[in-house]
Amino acid sequence: MELGHVVVLAGGLSYEREVSLRSGRRVTDALRALDIPVELRDADATLLDSLTDDPPDAVFPVLHGAAGEDGSIRDVLDLLGVRYVGARADACRVAWDKPTAKSVVRRAGLRTPDSVALPKEVFHDLGAASVLDQIIRGLGLPLFVKPTRGGSALGASVVHEPSELSAAMVGCFAYGDAALVERYIEGTEIAVSVIERNGRPQALPAVEIVAPGALYNYTARYDAGDTEFVTPARLTPDAAERATAAALTAHRTLGLRDLSRTDLIVDPDGEVHFLEVNVAPGMTETSLLPRAVSVAGLDLGEVCRDLLLTQLTTT
Amino acid sequence: MEQHSRTDAYTDRYAARAAGMVPSEIRALFAMVARPEVVSLAGGAPYVSALPLDAVGSMVGDLVAGKGAEVLQYGSAQGDETLRELICEVMALEGVQGSADDVVVTVGAQQALDLITKIFIDPGDVVLAEAPSYVGALGTFASYQADVVHVPLDDAGLIPSALRDTLDRLRREGRRVKFLYTVPTFQNPAGVTLTAARRTQVLEICAEYDVLVIEDNPYGLLGYEGEPMRALRADDPDRVIYLGSFSKTIASGLRVGWVLAPHAVRAKLVLAAESAILCPSNFSQLAVREYLLTQPWREQIKAFREMYRERRDAMLDALDQLMPDGCTWTRPGGGFFVWATLPEGLDAKAMAPRAIADRVAYVPGTGFYADGGGRRNMRLSFCFPEPHRIREGVRRLAAVVEKEIRLRDTFGGVEHDGPGGVHTPGPGIV
Repeated sequence: MELGHVVVLAGGLSYEREVSLRSGRRVTDALRALDIPVELRDADATLLDSLTDDPPDAVFPVLHGAAGEDGSIRDVLDLLGVRYVGARADACRVAWDKPTAKSVVRRAGLRTPDSVALPKEVFHDLGAASVLDQIIRGLGLPLFVKPTRGGSALGASVVHEPSELSAAMVGCFAYGDAALVERYIEGTEIAVSVIERNGRPQALPAVEIVAPGALYNYTARYDAGDTEFVTPARLTPDAAERATAAALTAHRTLGLRDLSRTDLIVDPDGEVHFLEVNVAPGMTETSLLPRAVSVAGLDLGEVCRDLLLTQLTTT
Repeated sequence: MEQHSRTDAYTDRYAARAAGMVPSEIRALFAMVARPEVVSLAGGAPYVSALPLDAVGSMVGDLVAGKGAEVLQYGSAQGDETLRELICEVMALEGVQGSADDVVVTVGAQQALDLITKIFIDPGDVVLAEAPSYVGALGTFASYQADVVHVPLDDAGLIPSALRDTLDRLRREGRRVKFLYTVPTFQNPAGVTLTAARRTQVLEICAEYDVLVIEDNPYGLLGYEGEPMRALRADDPDRVIYLGSFSKTIASGLRVGWVLAPHAVRAKLVLAAESAILCPSNFSQLAVREYLLTQPWREQIKAFREMYRERRDAMLDALDQLMPDGCTWTRPGGGFFVWATLPEGLDAKAMAPRAIADRVAYVPGTGFYADGGGRRNMRLSFCFPEPHRIREGVRRLAAVVEKEIRLRDTFGGVEHDGPGGVHTPGPGIV
């Protein structure tokens, strides 16, 4: 079977637009290197007409942030009857909302840091000082604060002192209207990508992230040179196995499809803690999934091609 | 076997001057600004669609057909001689008497800034700049590891007494000031203009302390009332190095600017330009030359002024009507920008993602300071959006500020790092 016309969807109107454009360019280049005709395009007001007028064999969405990962663009593709790589809309909606995803994987037996998810209205209605006090009393310190939805660590920060929590909340609310405040687990930060090959989810080697200043923030992710990646991650065989199992559990339990990336912390006892899962993992030069693909001895273009081809045979 | 890699494998090899060249989250946010859903009050791009594009198009076509061998060839590092003579005519409108021999044509005034900084600044040298100052200049100064010391301005421009105090302090500290960088007319980003009386004072103080002045004047001909202000350079040719640009009066895409410098400095600039780029684009230079020779450019500048005045009025009216209490802003008499100040306890940098989520963009004030100042400020540009879009943008912005005030009232004004600042300007931001 051949791919005659593929659309890579990138950009969109989200905070992660720039990252998405870079991811889209990378996937496009990798597919074109295999002589697959690829159209790279933005998710804008002309998209639906173009997909209707010239329906592609399949779409590869690499839209990060809302719309791309909350399932909405995939709902629209389903309406159009266009096949696409990646999780279905309903699964995306669950995975995209971090507190919901945490609940689901916890029920499936994974550990995930204790947390609360609070919209900013709660602080307004109940008084910020009292709510912040209760958070610290209930969860202790240190804490990790991030928007309940969104990626690239935008609006995320670590809180070590009670006095830092207020600023962390305000910084978080810059990128969303609800905050996930979770107990910060010290340990090894890793990302395990899952790719389905021949209908079976396979975990790729875990990538260990050693970020300067301990926080793998936006700058560390995409620009600074000091973040180091070690692949496979330096884990004991037991911990490595648990990490792989956790990523596969998250992928299956959340009903994901084709590809996903699960972010985990391995604590000093070798226990694995689920942080979040990404249904449209970054594909930039500095992203984690492409690193894992390469260390696994695979070619990114071939992996993407195979995922696209799978769509042609799926009913 | 495990593999070790970094986000940037070359990180150990970069020169020290590259250390500050880090893109920030704010830059990433600006990727959204290009989308039509967002009203951008952020960019400083001139509205080039107002040019007579047909006439310019046929002029350029004739130029290539008729003089292609010259137009498409290398030129001299100093720039086309006829163009330099025409540049002197343009500068004469602001009282500047310069010789074409002392003009160097550059790739926009930005390259002039780069060349000047390159020939004058060693790492650690002090450069004085207004607070706030042009983000593109601060980026250049940072890339040559200058130590920027800000001097405050108010509605009448740079404050002479503050300039004197700063120079006294630096002298006591034994630090030599290489030059004062100033945008005296319709300043970017503040929109204010140095008054005639203060111009005299600033020049006197700089003479007294023997400080060179870099006068950056891209907006000088875009005043909405009266005659153009007399340039600083007009009154002290030996001390003032003047930067000019056709980016706002003709077209920014041509990238043609210039520097008028004392003769000796001019010689160094030509050598520096040669090593940087060999020569500026002949194609662009001759397009500008032809435009100035054959098109009604004075009338076109008048048309630009009228258009920008209408946009300035739309912005000021909307700000007057819609912005919450506690916000203040400047009232520019020309140029492209309004400088707004948010109520106490608000942070324009932290607010930027929320504004973009509500489909309006501005440049947070911190980008215009080398020292972390400007947290409560934002630059609002009115040059590019049409008046109805400006009103819509201000409407959205006012709602964002209202929400921000509510957040402040909930959490109190918090000191936090927030998203990173604008370390280097993208062309969309300057």
